[in-house]
Amino acid sequence: MDFLDYVQLSTGQRFVYKLKSFFLGIPGAISKLFTIIGHFFASFFGMIVNGFKGYGSRFANGDGGTKLSYIIMGAGNILHKQIGKGLIFLAAEVAYFAFLFGFGMNYVSEIFCNNVNIPVTDPNTGTVAYAAYNGVIGNESPVYQDNEFGVPELLNSDTLDDSNKILLFSVLTLIVTIAFIAIYVANTKSAYASQKIVESGKKPVGLVAELKTFLDERFHVTLLSIPTVLLLIFTVLPIVYTIFIAFTNYDKNHQPPGKLYWWVGFDNFATVFYSNPLTSQTFGRILLWTIIWAVFATFSNYILGIVLALMINKKGIKFKGFWRTMFVITAAVPQFVTLLVMRILLDDKGAINNMLGTNIPFLTDTTGLWPYVTVILVNMWVGIPYTMLISSGLLMNIPEDLYESARIDGANAFQQFTKITFPYIFFVTTPYLITSFVGNINNFNVIYFLTAGGPVADGYDRSGRTDLLVTWLYKLTINNSDFNLAAVIGILVFVICAAGSLITFNMSKASKNEEEFS
Amino acid sequence: MTNTQNTMKTGYAAKRQAANIAIYIILTVMVIVWLFPIVWLILRSFSADGAYNAIFPSNWTFDNYIRLFNDYDAAGNPISQEDMPFPYGTWILNTFIVAVCSAVVSTLIILMISYAFSRLRFKSRKALLNCGLILGMFPGFMSMAATYSIMEIFGLKQSLVGLVIVYSAGAGLGYQVSKGFFDTIPRSLDEAAKIDGATRNQIFWVIILPLSKPIIVYTALTTFLSPWADYIFVSYFMKANKENWTVAVGLYNMLDNEHIGRYFTVFCAGAVLIAIPITILFIIMQRFYVAGVTGGAVKG
Repeated sequence: MDFLDYVQLSTGQRFVYKLKSFFLGIPGAISKLFTIIGHFFASFFGMIVNGFKGYGSRFANGDGGTKLSYIIMGAGNILHKQIGKGLIFLAAEVAYFAFLFGFGMNYVSEIFCNNVNIPVTDPNTGTVAYAAYNGVIGNESPVYQDNEFGVPELLNSDTLDDSNKILLFSVLTLIVTIAFIAIYVANTKSAYASQKIVESGKKPVGLVAELKTFLDERFHVTLLSIPTVLLLIFTVLPIVYTIFIAFTNYDKNHQPPGKLYWWVGFDNFATVFYSNPLTSQTFGRILLWTIIWAVFATFSNYILGIVLALMINKKGIKFKGFWRTMFVITAAVPQFVTLLVMRILLDDKGAINNMLGTNIPFLTDTTGLWPYVTVILVNMWVGIPYTMLISSGLLMNIPEDLYESARIDGANAFQQFTKITFPYIFFVTTPYLITSFVGNINNFNVIYFLTAGGPVADGYDRSGRTDLLVTWLYKLTINNSDFNLAAVIGILVFVICAAGSLITFNMSKASKNEEEFS
Repeated sequence: MTNTQNTMKTGYAAKRQAANIAIYIILTVMVIVWLFPIVWLILRSFSADGAYNAIFPSNWTFDNYIRLFNDYDAAGNPISQEDMPFPYGTWILNTFIVAVCSAVVSTLIILMISYAFSRLRFKSRKALLNCGLILGMFPGFMSMAATYSIMEIFGLKQSLVGLVIVYSAGAGLGYQVSKGFFDTIPRSLDEAAKIDGATRNQIFWVIILPLSKPIIVYTALTTFLSPWADYIFVSYFMKANKENWTVAVGLYNMLDNEHIGRYFTVFCAGAVLIAIPITILFIIMQRFYVAGVTGGAVKG
């Protein structure tokens, strides 16, 4: 159906058409999501494949020096009179293998220890049984020896393996190895390039001239190297490590050193989804509430914030600056302060109940809807000023001629709002809408400071009625040391955020094509 | 004819006036609701009674502010600086040091990343941008325990230096706003400078940075403000090491069941003290904030 067909429909038919196309669009959006994910992986591996392009042909066409540099890095450059550069490559190789054999291998070699005997002492009889486990991380399991009384005692506790260290350093070794492979491939390229230059009879570029390119053609390497290293160590390494933890049994019963943990495959995912009824029931409830919360929190703030901005910016309303500042002040006070203040105000015996002479369980109701309503209302209190601030900046930017031509065409105030103001604001603030949706799924502060996830109720595994996935994750980590389940929840939150933002992003692309604002 | 037109006009004007009055009423009610908690916090901070469910102080006092720095016990005996259960002054100093250091380092890192992604074109650019987007979607504190272990290996656990490093390293992912800003600077400037023989390094320092004062101020202010409000990571990272706590963790602990009775109004005073400078900074930077959030979007 094209536009001409569409405008000939009656209002009812239009509504049916829109409704139909919305539901027909859902499979499309989902398939698009997978396309995007697939595309990402394709481009990622494409990059790797690209990196290796010409790897073989360079070797085949290379002279002795180039071929040598496939084993001894930098040899090609040194033989082609780029001594400084060659030495740097050589140093990189020496450093990497020193790192690998002096440090990394100690840990990587212990990442899958099979059939390790871990002694289990029977508390009643004192006898030691040796249980065999596959895929234990670390193999110096606690050594027990019977003392003179025949009671097993722990020996050499200093030399115990630590699964944590082994896993962490193995991931580090993995990252360093990937970086090294990149340098290695660059080395073969550089060797071949220098060979070509020598063959053509020119003089190869000196080290100083080469280093100068890092201030010009390769300035991006200079700019990005330090931030990348920092991100790799303090963001990527912890995330990869935590993803691995999701496949181990690192829980409160397996706390290294002393008690090693091992690989358990998808057991933790099974626990969350079906194998442990209490946990999976909790997961279902918390997931549902997280989504309800994110939708309500995002859209209530968004719509009411825009309405507030419209009221303040309406023609004929005086003291605009005053009204705006009053609301900005509340946004400016640090969030943990205002949230803690709210918690105390809304206490069962707090100032609000005192003032109203009531006894409303705003945050502690174990059966009714009060806690849910309260956190959403408080979140509106926190968030509306932000949306107001952003959208009142935008309202002033809407080109006045749009309204003028609308008025000439006889549009009333309501039509001007639905046809101009709202589409414009929606178009410009879509990225903000995405970030605030993802932000609300991860909205730790509002829940944690107000209810701390409570009130506690039956049917919630190590959590409470208003817990979001992220606060549950936090509780599993901090209060229960069940790092494996926490890691699973973390991965699931990531999946939800990624899917949510991709779908919103697609919708905004659609609206971008419809409304030609620029 | 003119008569009906006039009545129509006055009818319209009256309707608009009624609408405006309704808006004034709504706005006034909303301002009261929105300001009430803050006014209440200020009132409580001057209250001589420690009650947390009253509104107006029965007696006014500055005592709560004094107790932040020179505390005394329930019997009224002064507590020495070393034994203070809530060393507010130390916390302010800690937070200030961390905020300044991480603001300087983070701003540099963010400017470097966003300049590279905005103005330079290189092979792995798209892939790196995607990686940044994906890393940003993992919940921040999912990997808190691992970060703690890494800091332990570096010998920096529970230290302020460790906190600065973690904040600065994480700041690298917040480049979108300043990238959006750099995108708006015309590329012809770079081209002209390149023709004159300037390297990309010189273009960055001599041409782009001087034009970027608003975004530098915005980035520095946001990175300066974030340590003041961060509770989760610091509370996990510093554990019970009270000497290295920041203000947010300290104030939070004043409200536990054991202390809320004697320290509630002291908490209010402490909260008011840090809220004043932060509110002023925020009001100064609000126009940058709006431009920052929407800047990238306006261009589509």
